[in-house]
Formats: sequence, structure tokens, C-alpha cells
Amino acid sequence: MNAGTLSTPEEPKAGKAHTRFGDRAFSGLATAAGLTILVVLAGVAIFLLSEAWPAITAPVADLPNGENLVKYIWPLVFGTLISSAIAIVIAVPMAVAVALFTSHLAPKAISMSVSYLVDLLAAIPSIIYGIWGIAVLGPASVPVTQWLADNLGFIPLFEGPASTTGRTMLVAGMVLALMILPIVSAVAREVFQQTPKGLQESALALGATRWEMIRMVVLPFGRSAVVAGSMLGLGRALGETMAVTIILSVSGIVTFNLISSENPSTIAANIALQFPESSGLDVNVLIATGLVLFAITLAVNMVARAIISRREASGER
Amino acid sequence: MSGSAVSVPLGDNSGVLPRRATLIVFAASAIASALISLALGLSPFVWLLFTGLIGLAGITVWSLAVEGRRRALDRVMSVAIMEVFVLAMVPLLSLIYTVVSKGLARFDSEFLTSSMRGVLAEGGGALHAALGTFIITAVATVAAVPVGVLAAIYLVEYGKGRLKRSITFFVDVMMGIPSIVAGLFAFALFAIFFGPGIRLGVMGSVALAVLMIPIVIRSAEEMLRVVPNALREASYALGVPKWLTVLRVVLPTALAGIVTGVMLAVARVIGETAPLLITTGSTTSTNLNPFDGRMANLPVYVYQQYKFPGVPPEPYIERAWAGALLLIVIVMVLFLAARLIARRYGVEIRR
Repeated sequence: MNAGTLSTPEEPKAGKAHTRFGDRAFSGLATAAGLTILVVLAGVAIFLLSEAWPAITAPVADLPNGENLVKYIWPLVFGTLISSAIAIVIAVPMAVAVALFTSHLAPKAISMSVSYLVDLLAAIPSIIYGIWGIAVLGPASVPVTQWLADNLGFIPLFEGPASTTGRTMLVAGMVLALMILPIVSAVAREVFQQTPKGLQESALALGATRWEMIRMVVLPFGRSAVVAGSMLGLGRALGETMAVTIILSVSGIVTFNLISSENPSTIAANIALQFPESSGLDVNVLIATGLVLFAITLAVNMVARAIISRREASGER
Repeated sequence: MSGSAVSVPLGDNSGVLPRRATLIVFAASAIASALISLALGLSPFVWLLFTGLIGLAGITVWSLAVEGRRRALDRVMSVAIMEVFVLAMVPLLSLIYTVVSKGLARFDSEFLTSSMRGVLAEGGGALHAALGTFIITAVATVAAVPVGVLAAIYLVEYGKGRLKRSITFFVDVMMGIPSIVAGLFAFALFAIFFGPGIRLGVMGSVALAVLMIPIVIRSAEEMLRVVPNALREASYALGVPKWLTVLRVVLPTALAGIVTGVMLAVARVIGETAPLLITTGSTTSTNLNPFDGRMANLPVYVYQQYKFPGVPPEPYIERAWAGALLLIVIVMVLFLAARLIARRYGVEIRR
């Protein structure tokens, strides 16, 4: 069939006579562009695999520190997960609050400019978050972490001894939280704004206060969007490189202690730190860790998309 | 909320606080916390924190006493949400203030007009890095925009069935590629053909294009989708073939939105550091040929000046902040220009 009938099914079927050269060429061009996406992604997978392969098949003795590849990657995976976990724990409640503020509490005029501001936050390069984190947030965190180590040291997270430079996992996680907050809150805001007006007004008419209306109508309506937005934010936090690279002082250990000066690195930060000085098999090892990172973020993003599409399919939108 | 409570729907204490109750409470708590902060010599941030906490406690107690539990909860949650919002904005303001105040020290004409060639400690600039950033990003944009817009046209105007579904799915996958992985891909691609020591400006462009394409597709798709179908049908009714309808009717209608999306995508990738760190390398002199040798760029410049300062470190750190300021100015200009275009030329279409 010719392409002309596809998007407008109401239109009577056009005969073969209408298939012009221009039509065929243009639809071919557009399809080729679509296929390019598949080719590029396949390329990403193939080239990464082929460059990671020497590291996967190499004898253990040739690998860095003479360690098994899994042993090399594990502390990095651990660091990646823990920094992202801190980011999510801090960012999601704040993002929901910011989204509620812009969608339901702030006056219209303010809420517009606030949305701009939050979007702008998302555009600030990560390297700038990084140097801000180490120059401002790190030093500011030192008295707090000192207090945590002194008074809550019995909790493994705050075991200490507290770092005196602020180059800790906690600070890295907080900076990551700041970076993903705009993403999560943008998704949440979008859906909060779509809460049916009728439901909200009914709740208010039945005597609910504004908070009760939000709790009983808006939040349940937006719950899956908040979850999906958080997963997208998590995907971003897992792959975030520069802020962690520049803030953390890494030592490659596995620990839940968030405030000491000895921290596990993350996959992305490790690549950024090691890559410029690496050669030979080390490069292949780093690419293998990149492949692991790709797999983790892929899994997280797919879960997020599945949640979103289930929501769309159930017709809530 | 049982029906029996109709006469006193909000509990036993159904009085009402004065209209500006929240304002009064917060003015009082601001003063109280200012006194505490002055007495203890605390920072402005702690003052803000105390103001928030005292105000929250004050409004809770007052509202509980006068209005009852439900109204009090309403007030408390509203105030708490607003305070969390303010808390989230504090770092942003601090960040912008820090970058501007520290960056201005070296944000002079020498910084903007000279490279780092032969510079050992003081002086020097970021001209080579700024030019590199523009070239790398421009090449990435030239590669990503046609592919992205055409792919969006495919998805909206032509796509159907399994191919459309799988492309939509893989655009989402591509959206989630961490920037460092895009960099590794570009490296692996070139390393296979040119050997592992290769560092080129265009490798950075490839990595950035991989990051840009899905963003461009998503925004262009959204813009094409909101073009009213009536326009297409009117064009078909006049006997215009489909491809001309897309080119002459649909694209111009969506153009402002697409341009906005592209500019936002550029703003997103222009500050990417990680993929460039492993693909373009860095150099101290100006290189305008992306196909020949290492190419400096602003994000990597900032990173290296800050992370690996020489002796004495001050000039390096100052250059890093000035570079950060330049980067943030570029991003903001792009961002505001995009918004301006959207507002001025965009077709306002509400879903």
C-alpha cells in the first residue's frame, strides 16, 4: 500500500496512481533514519562487546592486581549502587514536594517561573555540580558529619572517623540527588497537573481540606508516575560520572560507612579516572566495566518504561 | 468524615486563623532565629533552617489550638512542602553564586582570547577549549539533527507495526545510555580502525551525537504529534502529495518547537565531560580540525584545571572557575534562547 493512507485511515484508499517518486523517496529516507537508530544501538553493543572481549577472556594473572574480573568490578558496582541509593532516598521526597508545589500550591505566575528554574537546574553541566560539591557542599558537610560520627556512630552508616575534607560518599550522593531532582520532579509535575479536575473538585466539595484532597486524589493518581520518574532518575544517577569523579576520594574498598575518607568508587568514576592513563588490557577491562554499567542502567530504564507504558495502557492518561 | 459531623465538619475547634497567619508566624520566627543566629554566630543557611523549623512548629501549635486537627494538618503540609521546595532551591542559588563570584576573578579578556599554549602558571585562557567545544558540538548537532528529525517524521507520519514499536522502544533505550558509555562506544569504534591510542575531536562528536539523537527524536516527535490533523487533511484535499504535505505543512508548523528541542538538546550535551574526557583528549593549543589530533574543550578543561592543578595551584583553580562560568553562561544563553523561540514563534497547543 502506498504510504499516504497510513496516518489518516478515514481518507479513501488512494490507488497506485498516487504513489509518486517523491513520496517513495521521502518515506524511504524517513524509514532509513529510523533504522539508523537500530544500527547505532547495535553498533554500541557490538563495539563495546568486541573491545571488552579481551578482558573477559584474558587469564586472571594478566588483569589489574592479578584479580578475577568479577572481583575487580564488584566494589565498583557496590559504590555505584550505594551512591545512587543515597541520591534516590534524598531526591524523591524532595522532588514530589517540588512537583506538588508547582502543580497545586504555588500561584500560577510563580509556578511557571519555578518550572523554568527547575528545568534550568537539569541543564547545568555535571562537572559544575562536581566542583561546587567539592568547594562548597563538602566543607559545609564536615561539621555535620563530625557530629554524626560522634553521636550516631553506632549506626554503621555513620561509623566514621569523619572525613575532614568532606570528600565522602554522603556528599557525592547529595550532589547526585540535586542532579536527578529536576528529572523526577518534572515527570511527577506533569502527571500531578493531569489529575482530573472533576475528582479534585469533588473532594473539596465533600469537605476535604487541600492536603486531604492531595493525599486522597492527586498522590494516588500520580503514584506510578513518581515511581517511573524515580527509576529514570536512578538510571541517571547510576551513570553519572564527573560529579562523583571529582568529589570522592576513592580507595576501592567495600563499606557502608558513608562519612569516612575511604570510599568505594563507582563504575563511571573509575572509568573517567583510569581511562586517560590506561593502555593495553586495562582499557579492555574498563570497557568491560562500562558494559556492566550499561546493562544495569538498561535494566533500570526498562523497568521504568514498563511502569509508564502499563499506566498508559490502563487508560489513566 | 462520617455524615453525623455535618455541623462541625472540621472538628471541635472550628475557629479560623487570621488571613495572614502564616506570614505573621514566619516573620516572628525569622526574627527569633536571627536572634539565635546572631547570639551563636551561625551562618545564613542555619538561620534559614531555624526560621523554617520554628515557623513550622509555630503554625502547628497555633492552628491546632484554634482550628483543630484537620485544618492544622493542611497548614502544616502546605508549609512543609513549600519549605522543602525552598530547601531544594538553596543549592541552586548557592551554585550559581559560587560559580559567578569565583569565576569573575579570571573572567577577563586574556581568558577569552588566549589559549594555554606555553602557559606554566599564571595567565592563559580557554579560547582553545571554547573553540573546541563549539566545533565538537556543532559536528555532533549536524550529525544528530537530520537523523533525529527524520526518525521522528518516520515515527509520526509513516511508522506502523512492529518496526515502529521497536524503534520507539530503542529510542527509550538510547535515552538511558550513560554518557560515559557513549564515550566508550566512540572510543571502541575508532580504536578498532585506528588503534587504541587514537584521540580526535570527531570522536567526541560521535559520542555527543549518540546522546543527542534520542533527545531530538523525543522532542521532535512530540511537536509533530501536536500538529492538528486538519492541516494535513486540508493539504491532502488540495491534492498535495504526502511528502510535500510533511515538508511544506507539517514541518513548518512544528518548526519552532523542533528548534527549541534541538537547542535544549545542545544545552544538555555541551557540558558533557565524561565522554569527551576519554575521546578527545586534551591539549594546550588551539586545534580547529576535528579530524586531526587532540582537541581541547571546555568541560574537560575545567575538570583538568581543577583536578590536576600545578604549583602554585591558585591560577589553575581560578581558571577552572572562570571556565565553569563560561560554560554556565553558554548553557543559559542556549536555554533562554530556546524558551524565547518557543514562546514567540511556537504554536500554543494544549493537550
